[in-house]
Order: sequence, then structure tokens, then C-alpha cells
Amino acid sequence: MEEQRIELTVNDEKITAVARAEESLLKFLRRNGFTEVKCGCEKGECGTCTVILNKKAVKSCIILALQANHKEVWTVKGMEKLELGIKLQESFVNHGAIQCGFCTPGMILTAKDYIEKNPIPDREEIKKAISGNLCRCTGYKKIVDAIYDVAVENQK
Amino acid sequence: MSEFKIVGKPIPRHDAWSKVTGDLKYADDFSLPGMLFSKVLRSKYPAAKIISVDTSKAEQLDGVRAVLTAKDVPHNETVTKFGQSTEVGKGFEGLYRVLADKKVRFMGEAVALVAAETEEIAEKALDLIEVKYEPLPGAFNPVEAMKPGAYLVGENDTNIIGEFGCHQGDIEKGFAQADIIIEDTYKAPFVDHAYLEPEAGISWIDDYGILNIRVSTQVIEHFRDVADVLGLPHNKVRYIGTMMGGGFGGKEDITVETYLALLTWKTKKPVRLVYTREESILCHSKRHPFVMKYKVGAKKDGKLIALDAELISDAGAYPYLSPWVILYATVNAAGPYCIPNVKVKSYCVLTNNTFTSANRGFGAPQPNFAYESIMDELSHRLNIDPLEIRRRNCLTTGKALATTGQVFKTYVALPEVAEKAWKALGEPAGCEDENRKIGRGLAIGLMSYGRMTFLHDSSRCYVRLESDGSVLIRSGIPDLGGGQISLLCQIVAEELGVPMSQVKIYHSDTALTPLAGTTTATRQTYMSGNATLKAAREVRNRILNKAAEILNVNQDKLDIINEKVLVNYDPAQYVPLIKVVKACNADGIELFCEAQFNAPSTIVPNLSNIRGMTFPDFTFGAQAVEVAVDTETGQVEILKLTTCYDVGKAINPFSVEGQMEGGSIYGMGYALTEEVIMEKGITMTPSFAEYIIPTAVDVPDVKAILVESGGGLGPYGAKGIGEPSCSIIAPAILNAIYDAIEVRIKSLPATPEKIIRDLKKDYFKK
Repeated sequence: MEEQRIELTVNDEKITAVARAEESLLKFLRRNGFTEVKCGCEKGECGTCTVILNKKAVKSCIILALQANHKEVWTVKGMEKLELGIKLQESFVNHGAIQCGFCTPGMILTAKDYIEKNPIPDREEIKKAISGNLCRCTGYKKIVDAIYDVAVENQK
Repeated sequence: MSEFKIVGKPIPRHDAWSKVTGDLKYADDFSLPGMLFSKVLRSKYPAAKIISVDTSKAEQLDGVRAVLTAKDVPHNETVTKFGQSTEVGKGFEGLYRVLADKKVRFMGEAVALVAAETEEIAEKALDLIEVKYEPLPGAFNPVEAMKPGAYLVGENDTNIIGEFGCHQGDIEKGFAQADIIIEDTYKAPFVDHAYLEPEAGISWIDDYGILNIRVSTQVIEHFRDVADVLGLPHNKVRYIGTMMGGGFGGKEDITVETYLALLTWKTKKPVRLVYTREESILCHSKRHPFVMKYKVGAKKDGKLIALDAELISDAGAYPYLSPWVILYATVNAAGPYCIPNVKVKSYCVLTNNTFTSANRGFGAPQPNFAYESIMDELSHRLNIDPLEIRRRNCLTTGKALATTGQVFKTYVALPEVAEKAWKALGEPAGCEDENRKIGRGLAIGLMSYGRMTFLHDSSRCYVRLESDGSVLIRSGIPDLGGGQISLLCQIVAEELGVPMSQVKIYHSDTALTPLAGTTTATRQTYMSGNATLKAAREVRNRILNKAAEILNVNQDKLDIINEKVLVNYDPAQYVPLIKVVKACNADGIELFCEAQFNAPSTIVPNLSNIRGMTFPDFTFGAQAVEVAVDTETGQVEILKLTTCYDVGKAINPFSVEGQMEGGSIYGMGYALTEEVIMEKGITMTPSFAEYIIPTAVDVPDVKAILVESGGGLGPYGAKGIGEPSCSIIAPAILNAIYDAIEVRIKSLPATPEKIIRDLKKDYFKK
């Protein structure tokens, strides 16, 4: 089988499209217009391609598109539809946690996944959670501040 | 004008929302109908003759639209220029070769280009191109490559492409008077910029026959160089710069643009090119490795009396910015200290390693590592506190730089920044574990902002007030993520008294926006900030002039706040800005202005003795670090990191803090983990798993302390911070390591292996 039509929801909307057998979810998404999912290394080492697949933050460059068949994917563009997503976006903006912005989509999704699964805010744990998302501009401080504040608010 | 409303406030950048929603498009996010995909065939060897190139099989592959080699390039060899308009001579301009011709000089050098209907076909086509190489011995060590009889990398009779120097006083007399002399050699490695966004761009020919290139670049002025390669007039090539996913100097040279231009010109189709991460690490510029031989003499009270430095940098396979970087290093070689007798001699040398060029700091971090390690060594041997020894020697306002004699007419924030950074470390951390040693280190430094003054730098900006009171800015300024364009919006919003939301900027378009110069050399706040301020103030002046008429008050009593032109001693007296705008429009008063700002100009200095002004101004800073070293594993943990710089005026404190925090971590990687390892010209670390940059768990919470002396040449007294912020941290960390375990690491990075090898050197001797 060289290619197959797959069906999945992306940001709460159903899409069907043809995926090649060896095609990564990253390439599939970008090819279908979801260019907000970034490509930084294609080896699972930088985290810019992070998406949420069936409620788990994953690196889409090392997942096959076929693995997403019948599943639910969220990218950063979908965050405006979710309360926690919007809070994270606002927090990043208000903390000055965005410089070049290339790591930002992946960071926000990893942060969302972390906060949902870890109700107690902890700076060191946040750092561990985002350690798979590289950032070259900010030194991470304002990113951790932004996530921590949302985690604290979320706890209430 | 009354106190600032927008400048000086930590407001969100106006591009922040589009980045956080994923709406902003980066260079690889664009596509056009009928677009082709391109790939670059790269050299298998670091040094080899090309005997033959056979592209016939590749050309015949279904879906391949073009295969190009050197013979297909109209002007395959030109001279590299970096956006300057003035001629600066052969010392600073070197060969730019588009595709390898008879010889390859580094592994990764481009040999052929392919454009095809899909990425997969383009990749298959690469495999079908047959290149016959005859490997050559090559040269991989700059010190060896300098010697007569060494393998010649280029077509000249020497590998030395730059030789600079400066001296003052009498170095022999100086050393004769010294109570203590320290002689040591310090080394710095190849380093990658590791921006998260790989090089990318897309090109097409528009309806007017103009070649358009949309690209992630720090220098849109390269449109001239691409036009020259293709043999086109400059006004037939248009660059549109995208918002970049990081630059750091790695996107300062031409990356993908010439390849795109050639393929689009050949196929008449849009073409896209994006590098893989491996390709990026392999073949774009690297930071210069340096071998630095220092001899420093001091009196027993710690006063420096003589400094002799020999700096050798590895220029890699092609010149690019190597002569400029070594000039920066020469000027920075003696640091921010008063030293009566100085001699610096520096060389940049070609090798068959990947070519080296700009990287944040541009030749300042390397000597800083050497001289701050020596200052630390002096402080220990003479038993003088690290802060005190710097107090006794540092420059102050009115003193002159020890290397070139440039006098500091603007405020020098030393030793102020050192005192603040050192003090902010607070109480020392205690430690019960005998295998974990705590130590503290300090470093100070300086770095220029603004380009070398003999480049006659200038910047332009256009500001227009629309009929409804909204504002439009046009500036060629490229934005690499440092907040470059938001800065200009902030200045205009302040001067015209409108909220940031009312300001729109068009940027980075060589056809439609006034050229603002390169986003390099920490120059944009200074140059484009001043050009924008000038344009905005001219428009502001015309508004105030008309409002003075309307209100029947003297112009100097008026201010514009929140879209109202009001009398500053009686704000109830005001006229809405929009009413003034309409009145101006009715009277034909132009509410737009394009202004140019010029940096001070000098002539090209005598390169064997560089004296006088070479940069408009410098930024002074200090960094202090507390580390814990694991004596069993050699692992270094940074417990505290403080950074203090005189930024002149923080126009956006978020952005300035962001540069200081980010710069500290950029430099932390340089100190502890980053090295592009090349063995005989072959890159051994072509991925993020092997080239280690700091992650969130590796970093301390950086404490950034801003000093705002108002003493800068930029708008509102601002100074530049982008590069200075990363140029001092490495020796601060290595000095802290010495304090902890008395191991002096003299070559970056200070890896656990190096630390253990030194700690347990008696063990390794057996």
C-alpha cells in the first residue's frame, strides 16, 4: 500500500485526505495547509512540530500520518477554541515570552498538555515538561513564567 | 515632552499575537501554484578536484525541470558585499562562488541544483547526478595552514586572508616593569547558530518580469548581489524578507537566495527551497574558532601594565565576513581596561573546514574569554578580589580603549555594572555533599553597537499619518525575532501620541520599503530607531504647528497624548488629533516623511595599526555566576546567573530583558556544551542530538539588571544589547568553575570530560 485516504479531526474539524505510507504526520499536516506546525529538525529533537494527538503532546515529525487515522489532532491554531488554550496564548503575550516565535506553537501545546495532567504548579516540573521544546532566543525564563502563571490560575 | 507613555513600557510586541496563534507565516510556509521544489547537491569531500559532473540521468528523470551546475551560472564568481554602499577595499571583500567549479573547498559546498515537481523527485535526482572527485590533502588547522608550504585552500599563494594589528606604548618596557606575567593560550571552537527555523525561501517571476525572492534573511540588500550573479539590473530583483525564526548572524550571508533565483530564472516557475537541519549545520556559516596567545603583565597591586595578544582565526573555506570578525577581535582584544602598553597581532586563515562568518558577538566573545580568564588568574595569584581587580583597571568615562585609543565620550558604566551583577548573586549557596563544589565567577566586557564607522552606515524610514489618524510605517528593517519592527512602532506611537494598535508597519521589501540596512552588528535600535524618530518627529512637528494655530497657543506648550493634541499646562484645552489631520490635509500639509540617519563616518584605518574611532559606541556589561561542579562526573550546574548591562534606555523592557536572558543562555551553551566537531573537515555533529544547545532544564532563572544611563547614541539615549548580551558569559562560568575546583579550562566548551581529565590528571598519568 503506497497511499491511503485517512480521516481525522484537526482542531475540531473533520478532514479527509490522502496520506502516503511513509509520510510523517508533520508533512501531512503542512501539506494540507496547517503550516502553523513547524519543521525544525525532522528527527524528533527540537519539538517545533509538537501537536496534541488523542490528548497527548507528541512530535509529529516522528509519527506517521497513518497513525493519526480516526484520531483527534490539535495544533496551536485550535487553541482559540479552548479556554486553557486562550489563557496560555494571553499569558505568553503578556509575559513577553515570544521572540522569534518559531518554538511558540510547540511550546504552547506542550504546556497545555502538561497543565491538564499536572494540577499542582511547579516551576522545576514545568522546565522538565518543556525540555523537549528547544528555544534559542528567550533563555526560557519568560516562557516558564508564562506557563507557571496559567498553572497557578488553573489550579484555582 | 512629558513623561513617556509607550516608550519604556514592557508592552507586548505588536507581532506577538500572530506568533501565538500560528497565523504568522515564516519563509517555508508560503506556496504558489505550479511551485517546484529544489534540492542542493553538496560535496562529499572537504578538499577535492572535480574531474567531471554528469547531470544527464538526473535531467531525464520524470518530473525534473532543471539541473544546474557552475557552467549554468551567468556570473559564478563575484565579490561578497554585506549591504554597505561604500567601497572598502580588498581587505574586506572576498570571493563569493555560487557553485563549486573545478575544486571543492569544504564538505557541504554546493555543486549542483535541482528543481522538480515534488521534493521526493528532487531528492532522487540528486542521487542520479554523477560527480567524479579526486580528493586532495586539504588543510584543517589554521595555525598549520599559515605556514609556508601548507596546502593552499584557494587560488592565492597564501591561506592568510587578513592580517591586522594595533599597538600603543612600549610592550618590552611594559613587561620589564611587571611584577607578575601570565602567558597562556586560549581556544574557542566552531559553533552553530542553531536557530530553530532552518534556511528557507521561495522565488517567482511576477507579472512585470521582476524576479521576486521571499526569504528568511537579515540582509535584504543582497538583492544587489543576486542581481549581479544573474547579470540582471538591480531594479529587476526584489527581496521580500519574512519574519525570521532566529538569525544570530547565520542568515547574514546569502543562504538560499542565489539558488532560488537561478532555478526560477531557468524554469520561469516559482521554486521553494528549505534546508534540512543536517544541511543547515553542515553548510551554513559557523562561528570562528580562535587560537589566542596572550601574555599579560601586571604590578603586584593588580594594575595592568602590558598586554600582548596574538589571535588566529579559522576562516574556513571562503572569506565571507572573516576579515571583519578578526578586526572586531583585534579592537576588543584588550577588553574594557586601561593598559598603557598593548600589542595585538591577528590573522584569519583559510582552511577546508566549513566557512566561518558572523555569529552573535562577531569576534568579541572569543578574546573576552581569554582576557577575562587571565584577569581571574591574576586575581587569584595576587590574592585580590575579582571585583576589586577590575575596579582598579577598568575604563571609565573619558578614558581611551587600550587597543585603538578611541576615547569614550559617552558614559562608561564601569565598574557600576560589575558591582551590581556581583552583588546580586546574594548569599553563597551552602553544600554538604563533598562531591559537589560550589564556586563563583565574574566577568566584564564591552562590545560595539553600530557597524564599523568606515562603512558609512545609514538607515531610512518612512512614516505617514493617515486621514483617519491611523499610522503607516515603511522600513526595510528585517526582524529576526529581537523585536526590531515592534521597536519602530513603539517609537512612532510615542511621538504621534497614538496607541500601538493604530500603527501598522510594512517591512523588509527592497522594492517598497526604504532600505534600513542590515539587521546585524547590533545596529537597528541605534540606526533605524534614530531614522524612525527623525521621520516621526517631523510629522509630529507639522501636527503641532497646525494645532498651535487651531488652539492659538505656542507650539512648545503642546503635547499629543491618546490621540488628543492638548495644552500641557491645561489638558482640558485640546483638539482631537484627527481634526488636526483633516486640517493639514485640507491645507496640503504633508503628513508623511522619509528620513535618513547617518552614523559617524571615518576612513578605512591602517590595518596594521588600527587607531582611532572604528565603532560609533560600545555597550558595557558584567555577568556573575554561581556554579556547582560534580567532582565525580564533571557536570556543571549553574545555580545563579546575574547579568547587568547599561542599555542606555530600555525602549521595551521586555525586549531588552529578553535579549539579556536569551543572550546569557546563548553564551552558556558556548561555555559548557556547544561545539561543531570537525575531523579533517568532516562535521561529526550534524544534529541536535550531537550539537547540544541548552534546554529548559539546563538553565538557571537569569536575573537581568538593567542600568539606564541615557548615555547611548540611539533614540532616547538607548544603546544596543543584542550581541553584547551574549559576549561575556563564558568566562564568568569558567571562572566560577575555577573557584569551585581550581581547574582552569582554557578551551571552550568546558565539557565534563575536560573537567574530569584535569581534576584527575594524576590518575590519567598512570
